[in-house]
Amino acid sequence: MTETQTEAQPLSFEEALEKYDPVLGFEVHVELNTKSKMFSSAPNAFGDEPNTNVNEVDLGLPGTLPVVNGKAVESAIKLGLALNCSIAEYCRFARKQYFYPDLPKNWQTSQYDEPIAYDGYLDVELDDGETFRVEIERAHMEEDAGKLTHAGTSGRIQGADYSLVDYNRTGVPLIEIVTKPITGAGERAPEIARAYVTAIRDIVKGLDISDARMERGNVRCDANVSLMPKGTTDFGTRSETKNVNSTRAVEQAVHFEIRRHAGILSTGGSIIQETRHWLETSRTTSSGRPKSDADDYRYFPEPDLVPITVTQEWIERLRAELPEPPAVRRRRLREAWGYSDAEFRDVVAAGLMDQIEETVEQGASPAVARKWWMGEISRLANARDIEPAALGVEPETIVALNVLIDEGKINDKIARQVLEHHLEGEGSPAEIVQARGLEVVSDDGALTAAVEKAMAENPDVVEKVAGGKLKAIGALIGPVMKETRGQADAGKVREIVLAKLGIEG
Amino acid sequence: MADISRADVEHLAKLAHISMSEAELEKMTGELGVIVDSVKTVQEAAGEDIPATSHPVALTNVFREDVIGHTYTAEESLANAPDAEDGRFKVPAILDEE
Amino acid sequence: MTTTPHSTDLIRLTAAEMAAKLRAGEITSVDLTQAHLDRIEAVEPTLNAFLHVSAEEALTTAAEVDKIRVAGGAEAEKLHPLAGVPIAIKDLIVTKGQPTTAASKILEGWMSPYDATVVEKIREAKLPILGKTNLDEFAMGSSTEHSAFGPTRNPWDIERIPGGSGGGSAAAVAAFEAPLALGTDTGGSIREPGAFTGTVGTKPTYGGVSRYGAIAMASSLDQIGPVTRTVEDAALLHELIGGHDPKDSTSLPEPVPALVDAARTHDVAGKKIGVIKQLATGEGYQQGVLDAFNSSLDALREAGAEIVEVDCPSFDYALGAYYLIMPSEASSNLARYDGVRYGTRVLPEEGPLTIERVMGATRAAGFGEEVKRRIILGTYALSAGYYDAYYGSAQKIRTLIQRDFDAAFEQADVLISPTAPTVAFKMGEKTDDPMAMYLNDIATIPANLAGIPGINVPAGLSDGLPVGIQFLAPAKEDARVYHAAAALEELLGGKGEVIWQQIPDLASSSVDV
Ligand SMILES: [Mg+2]
Ligand SMILES: [Zn+2]
Repeated sequence: MTETQTEAQPLSFEEALEKYDPVLGFEVHVELNTKSKMFSSAPNAFGDEPNTNVNEVDLGLPGTLPVVNGKAVESAIKLGLALNCSIAEYCRFARKQYFYPDLPKNWQTSQYDEPIAYDGYLDVELDDGETFRVEIERAHMEEDAGKLTHAGTSGRIQGADYSLVDYNRTGVPLIEIVTKPITGAGERAPEIARAYVTAIRDIVKGLDISDARMERGNVRCDANVSLMPKGTTDFGTRSETKNVNSTRAVEQAVHFEIRRHAGILSTGGSIIQETRHWLETSRTTSSGRPKSDADDYRYFPEPDLVPITVTQEWIERLRAELPEPPAVRRRRLREAWGYSDAEFRDVVAAGLMDQIEETVEQGASPAVARKWWMGEISRLANARDIEPAALGVEPETIVALNVLIDEGKINDKIARQVLEHHLEGEGSPAEIVQARGLEVVSDDGALTAAVEKAMAENPDVVEKVAGGKLKAIGALIGPVMKETRGQADAGKVREIVLAKLGIEG
Repeated sequence: MADISRADVEHLAKLAHISMSEAELEKMTGELGVIVDSVKTVQEAAGEDIPATSHPVALTNVFREDVIGHTYTAEESLANAPDAEDGRFKVPAILDEE
Repeated sequence: MTTTPHSTDLIRLTAAEMAAKLRAGEITSVDLTQAHLDRIEAVEPTLNAFLHVSAEEALTTAAEVDKIRVAGGAEAEKLHPLAGVPIAIKDLIVTKGQPTTAASKILEGWMSPYDATVVEKIREAKLPILGKTNLDEFAMGSSTEHSAFGPTRNPWDIERIPGGSGGGSAAAVAAFEAPLALGTDTGGSIREPGAFTGTVGTKPTYGGVSRYGAIAMASSLDQIGPVTRTVEDAALLHELIGGHDPKDSTSLPEPVPALVDAARTHDVAGKKIGVIKQLATGEGYQQGVLDAFNSSLDALREAGAEIVEVDCPSFDYALGAYYLIMPSEASSNLARYDGVRYGTRVLPEEGPLTIERVMGATRAAGFGEEVKRRIILGTYALSAGYYDAYYGSAQKIRTLIQRDFDAAFEQADVLISPTAPTVAFKMGEKTDDPMAMYLNDIATIPANLAGIPGINVPAGLSDGLPVGIQFLAPAKEDARVYHAAAALEELLGGKGEVIWQQIPDLASSSVDV
């Protein structure tokens, strides 16, 4: 490293945006969820004993040859279509050559000047419902590298005595999505960054081509940031923050890099082109590796693999298999359900869109579905410190509970108890109501007795009601409920009181 | 004589990860110059309009079913390893970071 | 042992004859295999054709075949025609249970955990594997002098090289150490040693034989092929190892053509044979080679073939294209030898112990001079700013060469040329002059660049040294080269017997058992 980065205090975000326009760029790597690897038949699996999900191909043994996983190619085409890309009629793999111990052949099989998908765009939805178009440069297929563990006091690469290599991840199929430079983002740059990565994650999940678990590295983002002085159009030198693995972190990394660049530039310094690391604890980035002349990857077409040609028929067959794009689906559901923007945003944030959609499909009203999922179920999940979707409540349970309410067999309060019993494994709502005798008391005899008792014990209330203050009936409902152990129907109680007092309801 | 300097060869040796002594670099520079001189004649005949052939026999779309095949045990994977620890290949410190 | 013919006679049979005697129960595979092992023991101190001999394994396979034959019945019926006939394998092809070194120190001690596809086929057909044969390190050379484990000598004159890179396989077959061997041919490594040792060797159509398990030098040029003493034997072995392999993406989907049938048909009347103008004359061709070539043409003409001249002008650029494409691909293919996962690891003598420096020291100590030369050349040809001028231009030449061949095959059924411009040269004669060594491949490399099949067939001797003739055919028309080569073999005296009577006796009388 000959040049050293100019150090300067980062500017505040507001100040930075007054002086500069940010330019963003993203390289997102998506790990596919194929059964086997990109070029070998070893399993594409996570979390196994080191160096056991490998065969001779993955270890780069002498004499081995790659064979392309056809499923991975179809996944790439589908993703290309979902990103509104053109699909190449003809494309090839290339060898990207550099020596690194996590790379068994000391090259990565990737695509260079012939990506399978190119020239697309993605309209990403921002928090206020606005959309921002991100232009896609290309999406190409490649293979993942192995996993290095650095031994030494720090556990980091610097100062490690030695490193250990596990090749289980080598050859896992990846699609790398590269954006064109994103200009015009302004102060919304960090938000756009988050929204873009979230959108990619939702798309690959919706296509069912990736498990899309960012915390496992299924979706990894390299965020490029550069600044240009306001009013100018020449891009500045960029930094590339590598492997940011949550949507929130992407937002924060872009936010920080804008401030850092602005701090350096505004004090007359210059940015050096380098990779940077995201530091989760301090929410800052640290210097990685400078780009240098040594980055000569000597790409050439992979002679061990033959070209891929994609016919229009193939594209159309895959296009027909595509699910509705997540953004389109969200727009459709929001309108169909009639939620307010805020209500809908909360549902999306809670990850409950699928559940509510299914609950509505099975017959509940959108309002009822939202009330249950965003209310009681979220509360129970929260108490257990898990995601609401992970609580294990099926949409049909909610529908069944609601039917019981509508039929007047139970009230809301009982329904909540039934749900808890259901989660404890006591069976369906109907079974629980039956077994526990929770059905609302609507038998007139028992109820009338309870109402008479309550009226006798509360003459002052009766007087108020008789005097026209109908709201006072509420004060009688409590004692009746107590008498009937909560199984009284409040409407029925009201009816009986009014009838006894000879008042027209 | 092709315009290949000792510094060029030193750079190539670095890219190729082959340590070379001064004497080797010197010798290689001379030999490379001679060889490149005699092979660079290809440029004379390689017209703009001529397509490149990367594969001698044209095949396309050779794919594998997405089916899991055999794997090695950690012991088999590491059987030829110069150094290993905890079921993993052991390598000296990495200074440079990708 | 008692029923066996004299073992020195046994080893001089063709593989087809050995197979017939095995089938007829006249000899046993154990005796046949032992006879070859004895011969190996006798001549190896002189020749060094083998890097590893697997006597025990070979005899075990042989005993298995004998047992099946004795038992008879369906199992015996199912045996492959070559079952029990021993074979040697170039040490560039990986084998389980036997070391594979590519004649490089960097792979010393490496044991492959898997078999090459061709080795699987050989094991399935139950050919006893005698061992692994010597070669130029990573198949980079034309003389087998670049082996890290010492050169192989030519059995016709032990002061001379046997050709390369497959000098070990060629010498072993020529010296009756093995009736069959596997070679690999990237720019002539089967055919050129064939010419220098009087053996038959085929470079199949690219994709005709699986490359899975052949240690790659230049992926788009490499092919595994047979090395034998007769055309028929080559066809038998080629049919065994050929065919589609799903593990090799460049493997042709078609089944192997009927090569043995082609090798048993000798009629060339009416066939058009094209003499490649660029490969039949010019400087560097020895008179003895041209004489043998012309005699061959005369013989073919007399047999009714029509000899035509074809012009392949881009062949003038073939050597340049080859020495760009081959080192480029090789520089990449050999990147994996870094001392991390397998093979030798060498620590730097001084300075800090970082992985970069360990890789550098490992590759410096593990690779020989020629390998380093090609890696550096290939790294140069692929590096930023040079790609278009070198690798890119070379691939265009490839297109031109294919077009020349296409045009030539419009005029002729097969093409013919001397396989090498000279006979086997003296050891050490060209080791200090890489370009002189490279010029050896001038006639063989166009076939690799175009992906078409080629065969070497011996065409007599020049001053006691073999001269080889090469036939070339269009891609997937391997049967044509077998047909033409078998015809010439027949015309020149039948299965090379004439030349084999003249090979010096290398072994002492102690070989006889
Ligand atoms: Mg990248
Ligand atoms: Zn990538």
